[in-house]
Amino acid sequence: MTQPNVVLHVADVHKRFGGLHALADIDLQVEEGQTHAIIGPNGAGKSTLLNVIIGKLAPTSGQVVFDGTVLTGRKPFQINQLGISRVFQTPEIFADLSVLHNVMIPALAKRDGAFKLNMLGSLEHESAVRAEAEHMLEDVGMLSSQKDRAGSLSRGDKRRMELAMCLIQHPRLLLLDEPTAGMSRHDTNTTIELLKKIKSRGMTKVIIEHDMHVVFSLADKISVLAQGRIIADGTPDQVRGNPKVQEAYLGGEVV
Amino acid sequence: MRTMTRNDLMLLLGFAAVVLAMPIWLQPFGAAYPDLLQRFMIFGIFAVGFNILFGLTGYLSFGHAAFFGVGSYAAVWSFKLLSLDAIPAMIFAIVISGVFALIIGYLSLRRSGIYFSILTLAFAQMSYNLAYSVLTPITNGETGLQLTINDPRYLDRVFGDAMPGQPVPTLLGQSLGGFTGFYFCAAFLILTFFIAQRITGSPFGMMLKGIKSNQTRMNYTGVNTRPYTLAAFVISGMYAGLAGALMAVTDPLAGAERMQWTASGEVVLMTILGGAGTLVGPVLGAWIIKYFENIFSALNDSILARFWSFLPDGLDHTAVVVSGKFVGEGWFLTLGLVFVLIVVFLPGGVMEGVRRITTLVSPKSKPPASPESTSPQPQPAE
Repeated sequence: MTQPNVVLHVADVHKRFGGLHALADIDLQVEEGQTHAIIGPNGAGKSTLLNVIIGKLAPTSGQVVFDGTVLTGRKPFQINQLGISRVFQTPEIFADLSVLHNVMIPALAKRDGAFKLNMLGSLEHESAVRAEAEHMLEDVGMLSSQKDRAGSLSRGDKRRMELAMCLIQHPRLLLLDEPTAGMSRHDTNTTIELLKKIKSRGMTKVIIEHDMHVVFSLADKISVLAQGRIIADGTPDQVRGNPKVQEAYLGGEVV
Repeated sequence: MRTMTRNDLMLLLGFAAVVLAMPIWLQPFGAAYPDLLQRFMIFGIFAVGFNILFGLTGYLSFGHAAFFGVGSYAAVWSFKLLSLDAIPAMIFAIVISGVFALIIGYLSLRRSGIYFSILTLAFAQMSYNLAYSVLTPITNGETGLQLTINDPRYLDRVFGDAMPGQPVPTLLGQSLGGFTGFYFCAAFLILTFFIAQRITGSPFGMMLKGIKSNQTRMNYTGVNTRPYTLAAFVISGMYAGLAGALMAVTDPLAGAERMQWTASGEVVLMTILGGAGTLVGPVLGAWIIKYFENIFSALNDSILARFWSFLPDGLDHTAVVVSGKFVGEGWFLTLGLVFVLIVVFLPGGVMEGVRRITTLVSPKSKPPASPESTSPQPQPAE
């Protein structure tokens, strides 16, 4: 058996908030090119785990390693520059700006790095970046609304645009925090279709979700989180048949 | 220039025409005299610069008068120590206020929102009080910093310029009083407008707009927002310093009252009144406020009595007393009321009003693509 290439390694992470042990002894390995889902009931610590990975929260102990680089202690913008993009539970977009500009900003950030005092250039003449942004919007089916104000879009369109904002950076790792939360059935389905479409591009994805329909149609591997611990790990079929998982979801928190 | 779009070029040319023709088209308004025109230019520059930080980046500074004051002091010191020529004074003032803005910005930008505003206010009030107390050797305290015949003026000495009888700022030997002073300031307003236009349309400007819109997303997009906000802060501080220096050029006396918080508040009012985030709005706001300040503060009770004399006896007296509260020293009451009305009914300022009228007048044509593309001035240029 060949050694799989682990891109993201969450090693022995603990996170305490006062007396609450939000994450306990988390050890997670995400392999290159896979879609790794983290599922679990409400309050299991899924979002906390994602925030630790992306650098929003510092773990109480343990560390997160991305492709040989320790992420722990780095700022979100540094982590992004290493090739990690994130889709938020509530879309984080530039509501006052046009859809096209929303997608151009991440492209500029990717090209110019964390800071560039580019005051003499003109956005009108950034034709390569513009073309790339238009191509990306076409990819997510939003080219026709490129001139609209982003804040006026529907929830599903905001999500698709946010995905375009992440994808234009060609991240090596894409983190998705409940990408279909709060969406209508129709928006959920179009989002799943889009995620399936970009699945073939070989980027690694970590997806947090509690909609089982979404998880089982996308994930290569699933980790189940309950009360801050990973209680099961494996392929969708392995996880589906695991009695512990069924207890966490169905049996409730009877201790 | 070659990288400008057609719209930008038209806006710049239109703006320049309106500014340069001001002595003509302001005649009917009784505002075409050099002293007031110079103030229009100076506060226009101040507001354009302030807008780069507030309108573009979304950081509301309540201490920008500090940089204005520093620019004034620096310019007067340049007149005293180096030369009476205005060019070294401008350069000196911009550099000094830039350094000053770098220090204050570095400290204040560790916070955002209301905490940032309070920090800038605190630093500005500190500068104001220092100018009156421990820094009197530099600022000359309450008397204000003035030019004297005995100033060293080392650069002028080297070039062997004759001692002037009364030291006044010059440009290449030419006195900068009257309309010459206005055109000198106007050239700077047009230049700074052009620079602001370029910044707004540049990738750097796009990043500033992104920071204003959603700082969280900016961080997760790989952008280090701190140097961007600091750059915007320093640029707008240098604009304020330039405006302060021009104030010293047209009237070479620098006093600490220019740094007081009311002066900082005034530039906030100008920007919001005209339309924050637009290019032309802040300039319009500055002109409107300075114009009406000029008119209202000149009114007094005897003028009001003549104005209300058509009313029956007794009633005219009441009218004079009531309206007297809003003019002269009470001009700030009028300003405050107008400001409240604007913020409540027209939050986008005058520029939003112009846009609403344009859409009303021509319902078929689609609204302008960007706030910047509306005509800079309701009145014709000539």
